[in-house]
Amino acid sequence: MNTRFSGTDRYIATADLGMAVNAAVTLGRPLLIKGEPGTGKTQLALEVAQALGRPIFEWHVKSTSKAQQGLYEYDAVSRLRDSQLGDARVADIRNYIVRGKLWEAFESEVQPVLLIDEIDKADIEFPNDLLRELDRMEFYVYETRELVRARHRPIIIITSNNEKELPDAFLRRCFFHYIRFPDAETMAKIVEVHYPGLKKALLAEALGAFYQVRETPGLKKKPSTSELLDWIKLLLAEDVPPEALRSDNPKKSIPPLHGALLKNEQDVHLFEQLVFLNRRAR
Amino acid sequence: MLVRFFFDLRSAGVPVSITEFLALLQALEARVASCSAEEFYWLARLALVKDERHFDRFDRVFAEHFAGAERLFQKLVAEVPAEWLQSLAQRVLTPQERAKIEALGSWEKLLETLRQRLAEQQGRHEGGNKWIGTGGTSPFGSGGYNPEGIRIGNAGARQRRAVKVWESREYRNFDDRRELGTRNLKMALRRLRKFARQGAADELDLDGTIEATARNAGWLDLKLRPERRNAVKVLLLLDVGGSMDDHIRLCEALFSAARSEFRHLEYFYFHNFVYENLWKDNRRRHAERTGTFEMLRTFNADYRVIMVGDAAMSPYEIVQPGGSVEHWNEEAGSVWMQRLTAHFPQLVWLNPEPEERWEWTPSIQLTRELIGGRMFPLTLEGLDRATAALRRKPAR
Repeated sequence: MNTRFSGTDRYIATADLGMAVNAAVTLGRPLLIKGEPGTGKTQLALEVAQALGRPIFEWHVKSTSKAQQGLYEYDAVSRLRDSQLGDARVADIRNYIVRGKLWEAFESEVQPVLLIDEIDKADIEFPNDLLRELDRMEFYVYETRELVRARHRPIIIITSNNEKELPDAFLRRCFFHYIRFPDAETMAKIVEVHYPGLKKALLAEALGAFYQVRETPGLKKKPSTSELLDWIKLLLAEDVPPEALRSDNPKKSIPPLHGALLKNEQDVHLFEQLVFLNRRAR
Repeated sequence: MLVRFFFDLRSAGVPVSITEFLALLQALEARVASCSAEEFYWLARLALVKDERHFDRFDRVFAEHFAGAERLFQKLVAEVPAEWLQSLAQRVLTPQERAKIEALGSWEKLLETLRQRLAEQQGRHEGGNKWIGTGGTSPFGSGGYNPEGIRIGNAGARQRRAVKVWESREYRNFDDRRELGTRNLKMALRRLRKFARQGAADELDLDGTIEATARNAGWLDLKLRPERRNAVKVLLLLDVGGSMDDHIRLCEALFSAARSEFRHLEYFYFHNFVYENLWKDNRRRHAERTGTFEMLRTFNADYRVIMVGDAAMSPYEIVQPGGSVEHWNEEAGSVWMQRLTAHFPQLVWLNPEPEERWEWTPSIQLTRELIGGRMFPLTLEGLDRATAALRRKPAR
């Protein structure tokens, strides 16, 4: 089984990211990943699982999620219903304990990868409720009075979009990595693994136009890697020639199919205005 | 070496704890980072820094620390700071923590090896050789040679690139003083939420139902309860016009964030400072006014008051009757401010001017004193402090 991660054939990991993953795997600490939306935070966990050949358990956190749901839930309502109907299953409380993702990961035969996605969406107290579980990799089921302990310490990858600050006690137990927005060189590599054999001319023009859009001051939502990839997919599907992307093309005011890059009408408007002013200035 | 780095980080305002420091040492021992300064930098950052807002501070300390390492090394060889290092560590670490470190190898031994190696490296250095490659055998070793990796930057392309990583200070924008968007503001204001169950009971109370059913010998007894709602009441007083024009976008963002975040939100405008009258509509500010006394009578002390203004004006506008730039005020602004603070125990002032500039403006100082120091900059970090101050129970 592979033990070192350095990206996969579909995922370019920079050296510092690879090192972050390897440090987390070696020391058995959770890895907290932050970064701009669309830089592949969630994707990382899937790719790590694939590269190292481990099963993956995904726990997607929502604003209503409770830490307890990741461990287990006691389905009191169906037990109540069964009791009214006289079902024989009622006698054993274990029939009504529903396992959460963390429990499933703890039971895994080989060391699994556990993704806790968007932990900042949950309540402020959520991470605090997981401290002991992440530290000792065990928890207690009160209903059945049993202790669940991880067979293999899972590789835990946690993503956050920075909507809430995470508590210090929680942070102290994690390694932290911030995925920086890739530079043009890395970006070319990323595009290459997704669309191998893309014409050099188109790639260069597309990247140029993309970074130009990204650097427009005052954009509400800057386009990110995933948006660039979508855009290139569209360009390929529509068979747009590289010349059409050049910014000094007088016919087009903004890049074709810009809907994939700019996601709200104020941004499109702002960009159009800037391009217009730019041309007048020339 | 690394211990000093640790304390330098702490004094630069990066919140590093012993646990994290030990994790770094453990990672170094596990050979996660192998052979380059760049990797050591990444590893140290990974283990010690938990927030991208602190990356810039970390980069600065890292650059400063490991660039000035030459002098440090010489001093270490001269044996003075070794004791200092040890005594410092003994003073700060608890016996348990010391035991943990000793598990990595005894203090004496570590220091001894370190000193030997340093002497050795010093010699080789004078001989014109590179220092790199000798370290990496002890927890200190990596720290020991890594600064070298930086200093001999012009010797190899790899190290030169490494230096750039922390010297380019790419994370500068993430430092706390960044600009605020509506969403950030909302997240910050959300901390003021205070939930209460009020109104019609229309939500199933599962726990209550289960308990009531159990008490009822198993026959279903449904219980309902009202939904949880944010019950905090906020009164926003905004300074408009004049010097506030520079901050108009920020104030707009704050206003729209507050509006969507609080159900009980009231707002009034004032100009420069609070006097007898406030108004709600800036276009009709001279026609439709609300007396400040009336406002004080209308809103009870439950309201949290957030005042927004740059408080930059002539001090006379605060302390003198008739000091207002717009009209003749019978009573000085400071008197009105005292009335406000007496009526609303939970009150803060948010100032869009940068905090560094406050002490140079007498009127800001005056205002700050009047509201008992509860003035905070209108940044994310300042808003955090402000919400914390607003949540604090008033001393009565």
